[in-house]
Amino acid sequence: MTSSQPALRVSGLAKSFTVHAQGGLSLPVLRGVALAVSPGECLALVGPSGAGKSTLLRSLYGNYRADSGSIRVRQDDVWTELVGAEPRTVLDVRHRTMGFVSQFLRVIPRVSAVDVVAEPLRRRGTDPAEARQRAEFLLAMLGIPARLWTLPPATFSGGEQQRVNIARSLIVDYPILLLDEPTASLDAANRDGVVELICQRRDAGAAIVGIFHDTEVRDAVATRVHEVLPPALLAGVSP
Amino acid sequence: MSTPLLSARDVSKRFGGRVACRDVSFDLWPGEVLGIVGESGSGKTTLLNCLAGRLLPDGGSVTYETRSAGSVDVHRLSEARRRLLARTEWGFVNQDAREGLRMGVSAGANIGERLMAVGARHYGEIRGQAADWMGRVEIDVERLDDRPTTYSGGMRQRLQIARNLVSNPRLVFMDEPTGGLDVSVQARILDLLRGLVEGLHLSVVLVTHDLGVARLLTHRLMVMQGGTVVEQGLTDQVLDDPQHPYTQMLVASILPV
Amino acid sequence: MPDATIQDTPSQDAAYNYGYLDEQTKRMIRRAILKAVAVPGYQVPFGGREMPLPYGWGTGGIQVTAAIIGREDTLKVIDQGADDTTNAVSIRRFFARVAQVATTTHTKEATIIQTRHRVPETPLTDGQILVFQVPIPEPLRMLEPRETETRTLHALSEYGVMQVSLYESIARHGRIAKTYNYPVMVNGRYIMSPSPIPKFDNPKLDRSPALQLYGAGREKRIYAVPPHTPVNSLDFDDHPFEVETWTESCELCGSTESFLDEMIVDDTGKRLFVCSDTDYCESRR
Repeated sequence: MTSSQPALRVSGLAKSFTVHAQGGLSLPVLRGVALAVSPGECLALVGPSGAGKSTLLRSLYGNYRADSGSIRVRQDDVWTELVGAEPRTVLDVRHRTMGFVSQFLRVIPRVSAVDVVAEPLRRRGTDPAEARQRAEFLLAMLGIPARLWTLPPATFSGGEQQRVNIARSLIVDYPILLLDEPTASLDAANRDGVVELICQRRDAGAAIVGIFHDTEVRDAVATRVHEVLPPALLAGVSP
Repeated sequence: MSTPLLSARDVSKRFGGRVACRDVSFDLWPGEVLGIVGESGSGKTTLLNCLAGRLLPDGGSVTYETRSAGSVDVHRLSEARRRLLARTEWGFVNQDAREGLRMGVSAGANIGERLMAVGARHYGEIRGQAADWMGRVEIDVERLDDRPTTYSGGMRQRLQIARNLVSNPRLVFMDEPTGGLDVSVQARILDLLRGLVEGLHLSVVLVTHDLGVARLLTHRLMVMQGGTVVEQGLTDQVLDDPQHPYTQMLVASILPV
Repeated sequence: MPDATIQDTPSQDAAYNYGYLDEQTKRMIRRAILKAVAVPGYQVPFGGREMPLPYGWGTGGIQVTAAIIGREDTLKVIDQGADDTTNAVSIRRFFARVAQVATTTHTKEATIIQTRHRVPETPLTDGQILVFQVPIPEPLRMLEPRETETRTLHALSEYGVMQVSLYESIARHGRIAKTYNYPVMVNGRYIMSPSPIPKFDNPKLDRSPALQLYGAGREKRIYAVPPHTPVNSLDFDDHPFEVETWTESCELCGSTESFLDEMIVDDTGKRLFVCSDTDYCESRR
C-alpha cells in the first residue's frame, strides 16, 4: 500500500438515534460526514461537547450503526464497506485492520492484566509466550507496576485500567487506530508514555483518528484536524 | 470460511395455537458465537431445540455442514445419524447440569461416555482424557471418581462442559449455561467458556436472558420477542446502539453495578 | 439324589391342554421365538400368560418350554446347577404331568434344558435347546430407566452407556467387578443380558451348538441366540474379560474346571467347595 492512498475513507455519513421510549423521538447527530485518513496521518476530531465526535468514532468502528453513507476500509489492498456490512465482515476488519481505544475498559472477570493485554495478539495466532512478552513490554512502557500484571484489572484504579486498555489496543499493529480520549484520567508522566506510543505507531504508518481533549496531547500527535459540527449547525448542510 | 456451519431458514414452531418461534433465519460461521436473547417465553429455548434437532420445526429448515459428509438437513437425517452428529460434532450444555449429566456415575465416567460411545475401549486412555479435561475445566483431578451428586452447582456445570467438549465438537448449543448460579460462580464459568471457545475455535449458539453474559461471550446477537427475531447484529452494536423498541427496553432494564 | 431318569411318567392330565397353554398362546409364543431367533439378541415382546407359579420363579422360561415341548422331548430342569432343588423338581413334574414328557437329570440325554442361573458344564450339542429363566431382560435398565430410550439405544446400537457401567466398576473396584449377568454382545449387533448366570458361563454361550432361548415372564420378553452365534463379553482392551478361577477343587469329584459353590459345613466355619452342576459332579465320581 502506498502512503498516498487513504486507509480509511468516509463519505455522506449520517447517524441519528431514535428513542422509542419517548414516542420515537429522533435525534440526528451526524450528517454528511466526509473524511479520509492516509497511513502516517493522525486526524484529530474537534468540536464542542455534544457535537458527535464520539458518535462518529464509534460509527467508524461499527459499534454504532450508520443510517446511510459510506465507511470504507483498505484491507488486503481492496476497499471493504462497513456500512450495512455483515457482522463477520466487521469482525474481520476489527480483527485484522482496525483497533479501538475507548475510555473504559470492559473488564473480563478473573483474567490477569497481562492476559487481557496479550489476548488480541494471541487470537491472531501469535505464540502465547511471545504475546505475553510483548504485553509485559507495553505494560512496563505505560508504567503499570509489575506486581499488578498477574492480577485482574477489575480492582485497578481508573488510570491503571485506562492504560491496560491502551496496551490491549496497541499490542497489535493495526493499520488503522481509533482513539477515544486515550489520555483522559492519566497523570502527566503516564500521559507522555501514551503520547509516545501513539506517535511511534503513527510514524510507523498507522492511520489514526482520535479525540484528544488535552490540547498538548493533540498538538503532539495530530497531523490534521477535522471539525465535527453540532447537529444544530447542520441544518444547512445537505446529507 | 466459504460455507456457514449452520444455516437456519424460516424456522417456525408452534405448540397448538401458540407460536413459539416464527420464520427465524440466520447463518452461523465457523468460530462464531451467536447469542439469542429475550425474556422468558420469547421462544429462544424452543428455537435452540429446533436448531439442535431436539424439536421438529413445523416449517423451515436447518442445515449443518458436517466434517466429512458435506451439508445435511438436520431434520431429514435419520434419527441414528442425527444422534451420532449430536454426540460427535455437537455439544449441548443445559442450564440444569443434572439434565446433562449422569448423576449416578463418577465424573470420569461422565466425561468418558462420549469417547466410549464412539468406540474407545482402553480404560487407561479414557481415564487419562477424563483427567485431562477435569484440569481444563478447573476441577481437582482428585474428584475424578466422585459422583456429580457430591459436586457444587458450579462444578457440575463445569463437568457438563467437559463432558460435551471431550469429543472435540465443532458446534455447541448452550441454554442459559450460567443460569441459577451465584454471581462469582457465574464469572468463573463465563471466563472458562470464553477461553475454551476461543482456544478450540468453537462455534456456539447461546441462549441467555442475561445481556451481561451475552456481552462477554458472544460475537453476534439475535433479539427475540414473541417468537420472532426483532433485531440482530454485532453484539456491541445491538447493546450500545439498540434500534428496536424492545431491545432498547431490554438494554435500559440492565441494573447498573 | 433322584434317579437319573424319573420313571413315574404320568399320563396327560385331561384337565389341561397339552403343554398347559392353549394352542393359540403356544402359536403366539412360537412366533415370538422365531422372530427372536431371526434377530439374535433382540428382545421380542410377547403376550405373557399367568402361569401357576409366581413371577420370579420361572414363568418366562416355563412359557417358552411349554410352547416348544413335544412328546418326543426329554426335559431337564436345573436351578443354580442343581436338578434336585424345589424349583427344578416342581417344574420338571409340571411338564411330566401336562406334556407327558420324559425327564432326565443328564445333560447329554436332554433335548430341552430349562435353567436358572447356570449353563451345564457338559458341553451342549446340536439339537439341544437351552431355555433360560430371565428376571430382568433389559441389560441397560439400571443405567437408563426409560423403556422408550433403551429401545432407541438398542435400535441405534448406541451402547456407550453400557461401557460406562464397566468403566465405573473399574474406577470403583480396580477391575470389572460384575460377576453374574455379565453383559454380552450378540452377533456384533445387540447387547444382551445372559440372565443371572455367573460370568464363568459366558464363554459357553459363544458359538454354542445348542439353541438358546430366553424367557422373561414378568416383563414379557423373549430373546434368543441361534446355534453357532458369536457371543462376546464386553470389556476394555486393558481390562479384558476373565472368568472366575478357584485354587480349590471339588470336594466330591475333584474337578478343577467347573464352577464351584462354597459351603460352610460346621459351626467352626469349615469350608469346602463342590461343583454347582450336580449332574456333572455325579458323572465324574
